[in-house]
Amino acid sequence: MTPADHAARYPEVWRKFSPRQTVVRYIWFAGIVFVAAWSLRHLEIPWEYFLDAHEQVADLVVRMYPPAWDHFGQILDPLLETIHIATLGTIVTFGISLPIAIISARNTTPNVVTWFIGRFILVASRSINTVVWALIFVAIFGPGPMAGIWAVAFRSIGFMGKLIAEAIEEVDAGAVEAIEATGASRLQVLMIGVLPQVLPVIYGTTVYRWDINIRESTVLGFVGAGGIGIQLYSSINQFQWDEVSVMLLSVFGVVVVSEWISATVREKIT
Amino acid sequence: MTDTATATPTPTRWKPPSMIERPAVRYALWAVAAAYLVWSMGALEVDWGRVAQGFPRAGNMVARMFPPDFSRWDLLVRGVVESVEMAFAASFIGMVLAVPLGLCAAGNIMPRPVYLVARTLIVLSRTFHEVILAILFVKIVGFGPLAGLLTLVVASVSFISKMIAEDIENMNMGQVEAVRATGASFAKVLVYAIQPQVLPRYLGVCIYRLDANIRHSTVVGIVGAGGIGMTLSATFKRYDYDFSMAILLTIIGLVFIGEFFSNWVRGKLR
Amino acid sequence: MLEITGLEKQYPNGFRALHGIDLRVDEPQVIAVIGSSGAGKSTLIRCINRLVEPTAGSVRLNGLEITRLGRGDLRRARRMMGMIFQEYNLVERLTVMENVLSGRLGYVGFWRAFRRAYPPDDVRAAFELLERVGLGGRHNTRADALSGGQRQRVGIARALMQAPDLLLVDEPTASLDPKTSRQIMRLICELAHERGTPALVNIHDVALAQNSADRIVGLRDGDLVFDGGPADLTGDALNEIYGEEDWSATIRSDEDDEDGAAPPPPPQASAGALGK
Repeated sequence: MTPADHAARYPEVWRKFSPRQTVVRYIWFAGIVFVAAWSLRHLEIPWEYFLDAHEQVADLVVRMYPPAWDHFGQILDPLLETIHIATLGTIVTFGISLPIAIISARNTTPNVVTWFIGRFILVASRSINTVVWALIFVAIFGPGPMAGIWAVAFRSIGFMGKLIAEAIEEVDAGAVEAIEATGASRLQVLMIGVLPQVLPVIYGTTVYRWDINIRESTVLGFVGAGGIGIQLYSSINQFQWDEVSVMLLSVFGVVVVSEWISATVREKIT
Repeated sequence: MTDTATATPTPTRWKPPSMIERPAVRYALWAVAAAYLVWSMGALEVDWGRVAQGFPRAGNMVARMFPPDFSRWDLLVRGVVESVEMAFAASFIGMVLAVPLGLCAAGNIMPRPVYLVARTLIVLSRTFHEVILAILFVKIVGFGPLAGLLTLVVASVSFISKMIAEDIENMNMGQVEAVRATGASFAKVLVYAIQPQVLPRYLGVCIYRLDANIRHSTVVGIVGAGGIGMTLSATFKRYDYDFSMAILLTIIGLVFIGEFFSNWVRGKLR
Repeated sequence: MLEITGLEKQYPNGFRALHGIDLRVDEPQVIAVIGSSGAGKSTLIRCINRLVEPTAGSVRLNGLEITRLGRGDLRRARRMMGMIFQEYNLVERLTVMENVLSGRLGYVGFWRAFRRAYPPDDVRAAFELLERVGLGGRHNTRADALSGGQRQRVGIARALMQAPDLLLVDEPTASLDPKTSRQIMRLICELAHERGTPALVNIHDVALAQNSADRIVGLRDGDLVFDGGPADLTGDALNEIYGEEDWSATIRSDEDDEDGAAPPPPPQASAGALGK
């Protein structure tokens, strides 16, 4: 072995990355930091507001304590309404999302046009936040829980439709082929060959989305679409912080319980 | 086998076994579901007269949305840029701050009290919807992008740190023990045994969070926390539906790009 | 019964799987289709019920030209052809009974299928078939709880539920162990003969094919290179189908198998022993 070979095989300095890799990595790091710093700078944030933030927080906490528990009687109905909005919205979605998932899945869509329409519905539904959907439906149905239900449903279609469509694209193609070979119609192939295979996914995502929707419907009232958000918003604007803390604690309780229910149910059905 | 087959005539009726075996339980569940539907629909305070007007209103609104009005593009661009900047900056700050919190929330490497405090922080900030956080921050630091930035930072930190903590708890402890057995300090264990196992997923989660932040940055403005949401909610108040449509289309496009980018990067990381 | 002329298939990627196959089946017999992987066996079978669209040629079943049928007519034609698959292709999350009854889908409407309300005659036929394939009493078991051999029995029952004029069988035993393979193959042949239904069976196992089929067809690179009785399948013929190889061991093992398979296996003896 020549000294050169030896040096090549047993270098004195061992590095995990080659010089080229190192440079590329540093460029990535620098790029990320630069983008973040530039964004922050360009936002022109008045940092002096930030200076007394700790005082403001302390002030808030002091005013929130003790919570005005006698107020709880008045928020019970809005709290139930929040849950109803989430549940009814999820039920509506449960009905709508399957057909949309079917036209959005490459293996079940009738043609390219329907596939494109399905995909567009999914993207549009998911891009627009529940609160923005609520703005739209408040303009249509007027303020109230009806707007909230449709807002929740329209946002959830994209979420559930996407997950169900992915499940449909992954079904066992052999079973579908076998059902086709019996001379079954297209609808029958969907019902017997595809649907049973994706049913667990449909149930699972429905329960999962229900628990997300509970969380979402707590803020629908900010734009007038019903639920606890209406009272929360007005209490905050009237600086009734002791009432706000009661509502925040109740929301916390409801969200934690619904998350637990959803996790338990999903564990049972899968 | 053949005896029983000849003794009893072959049945001509068959019903698939139900998911819930006992009929009493099955009917009880249906009854409960029906009762809930009746109760929740009755409990909602829906102004049916107003809802009935909704359908002509929806038609009217859609008519006014088209064609979308992009003429005030300067306002649109300013809002969108602010949203995106908030998302970038918040994702970066979030991914940095999430590391210590995530480590603290990993039960298998941290002492119990630290773990409990970190977990409580994560649960607290995860429960509340971004819009609730946003309005609290608006009250603390005033209107503008700073409140939105802080909201997204809190949401990102809790999300990313929860993922980090779960990854660390699920990682292979054998590798940690092996490195510890060499006499390495905690910091060295971190770098040699934990970081290599967790890093790829961590980067994936950060990119996913950037995508989520872009989506959320479009709504925090509705309560005054900066970004395009502020402009959007103003257009709804002024019935400027053609401009609303322009903003909504821009948001859909933006989210689509964000999702595409996020999927692309996560594909590369794998 | 079945008449295939000049059947060709070229896949979109340019691969020509079949170049002009001619095949006539005039009597109810079990025809084994042999050939190495990629010779076009699966394509041939799938071109007959058009799960794969042939690019040229004609397929006639009882005088009906299959290749030119529209969607609805094709569905009706498919009801005449039962298919059995290598990977069983059951809907795993449905019960055995639902899988067997799915063979009648071509005959019932959407709502009947949705409510699982099949006509009484279909239900009776399904129970009888399950008994016949050795799965009596298992009708409410979910398909994913069955073993490979049992699943293939369900697959056979599903195909026969169609009361088909032709059975298309694609590698029925390739996913099974040797013993189960022989049992399944024997079951398919028995049922085909019982019902007077011709069966086209793709099969890898030359010995098994020679042993159970009435007629053997050999494919090589998309061409039909052998068509004859099991006895005509000599080493030379196998060379023609598969390429040069020493076949004496295969042909001999075939004779060994015949000894093992012909008399019923000894379970009765052991059952008798247990009885005492």
